Amino acid sequence: MTDQATKEAIAQLVPIGSRVLDLGCGDGAMLAYLQKTRQCTGYGVEIDDTNVLACVRHGVNVIQLNLDEGLALFGDASFDVVLQLDTLQHLRNAEVMLRETVRVGREGIVAFPNFAHWPNRLSIMRGRMPVTRRLPYQWYDTPNIRVGTHADLGALAMRSGLKVLDSFGLQEGMTVRTWPNLMAGTSVYRLSR
Amino acid sequence: MHFADRLPLQSGVSLRDYSLKYETYGKLNADHSNAVLICHALNASHHVAGVYAGQAKSEGWWDNMIGPGKPLDTDHFFVIGVNNLGSCFGSTGPMHVNPDTGRIYGADFPVVTVEDWVNAQARLLDALGIETLAAVMGGSLGGMQALSWTLQYPSRVRHAIVVASAPNLTAENIAFNEVARRAITTDPDFHEGHFYAHGTVPKRGLRIARMIGHITYLSDDVMNEKFGRQLIAATQDGTQRDYFYSTLEAEFQIESYLRYQGDKFAEYFDANTYLLITRALDYFDPARTYGGDLSHALARATCKFLLVSFTTDWRFAPKRSREIVKALLDNRRDVSYAEIDAPHGHDAFLLDDARYTSVVRSYFDSVAQEVSA
Repeated sequence: MTDQATKEAIAQLVPIGSRVLDLGCGDGAMLAYLQKTRQCTGYGVEIDDTNVLACVRHGVNVIQLNLDEGLALFGDASFDVVLQLDTLQHLRNAEVMLRETVRVGREGIVAFPNFAHWPNRLSIMRGRMPVTRRLPYQWYDTPNIRVGTHADLGALAMRSGLKVLDSFGLQEGMTVRTWPNLMAGTSVYRLSR
Repeated sequence: MHFADRLPLQSGVSLRDYSLKYETYGKLNADHSNAVLICHALNASHHVAGVYAGQAKSEGWWDNMIGPGKPLDTDHFFVIGVNNLGSCFGSTGPMHVNPDTGRIYGADFPVVTVEDWVNAQARLLDALGIETLAAVMGGSLGGMQALSWTLQYPSRVRHAIVVASAPNLTAENIAFNEVARRAITTDPDFHEGHFYAHGTVPKRGLRIARMIGHITYLSDDVMNEKFGRQLIAATQDGTQRDYFYSTLEAEFQIESYLRYQGDKFAEYFDANTYLLITRALDYFDPARTYGGDLSHALARATCKFLLVSFTTDWRFAPKRSREIVKALLDNRRDVSYAEIDAPHGHDAFLLDDARYTSVVRSYFDSVAQEVSA
């Protein structure tokens, strides 16, 4: 999620002037970008000390919190948009967090690596877990404790009773609407209650 | 600085002819926009930074945080340290003469609250020609004052840095304070608070008060790491000596350490001040007049906030800081919150931890950018 094209593509989904909560906001670059280019306000949530410091440096409001402890700090519908960009795959309680995302925000934007992207399938067919630019970790040393596909997230959203406002793939910053489950490295869902 | 006008206190009484001891560091800029007020906790003073010429070990209590080139950089900011009313480091306190009676206040020194202190600090700023603070900062009880500033004088504060603090004390915290107070008030040398007239000092009580306080400022882990079960006067070759089999002699290092801390404290701290300051801690509860609704109480605060807590601090636990964060979030205020995984318990707010000091430094860097040179 670090490349500029992807960041810009996601930012386009956030309405101008939105109040944004960015879960797993990293160094705060996305929020800083949204504040600067789309007049957004809001907060990032981060667990990592170095990232928290980077957010303060970026002039981004940041709350240091373990997302696995939930979002009790945040009230119902207190944000226009809740971002969960490359965060879901790190969470133990991914399903709960998906529901929390749409409780706290009027809209949730979830992006995560699509395990069904064709290079990954190819790797599995060869009998090995994929190691790619998008999924750069070895299977035995990966922070991605939840591996899922674009189609999986759709099924989970339905199971959790969430409304899918839109879903598509992202590849090199370009929107992929044809066979996203096969053709896109990143899966994007816009969800609401 | 002397103040002739009466200061009305929360309790309904007032103080007159009082003085506030303060120190400043750095230079006030032309438009008076770079002032930062530091509020002290239980046993600290106006001497927050720097050393006194020719005096060894005279570093200010937050000297690691404040000074030229430090996280709160006095090359950019004009920093004010002020000693609170009722304290024993120079501002008017129970050891001074009550102008209404001509006698030493002693136990008659009026109960002062965090809000009273903030009102007194505001008068000091008036006298210094400072209308608005770039920031107010404090840890522990000092953090309560910083928080109270944002509620009592919201238009006079642009940033509040609240470290290892809480929106009020828990029952357990009040309980610790009460044990400390009882240790003092039941000391035969206390004389109902008028011990100055008797030429005594309730040192026994002060020692016990400090010992119990000290325990609560540390964490179990740090205490074990520092002292473990080490015996005092252990043999040189590292072999264990036998126990003294005494109930009166200090046997373990931790006992000796606490006794030392207690003795040191009893030499310089005032017993009535200890009672007053712990009571101010007990009473602080900005949500009280809002039916316990902190979010409602904090609606008045308009400045930007940085909150910091420490994971092993059980006296002012992270969850208490999170209550403040939540109340600020409910009011859509600008707030950042760092929860530092430091081992040192409540004391961590006074110690060096790069994660902690870097966040404070970066925060003040951004404050400095808003301030003209």
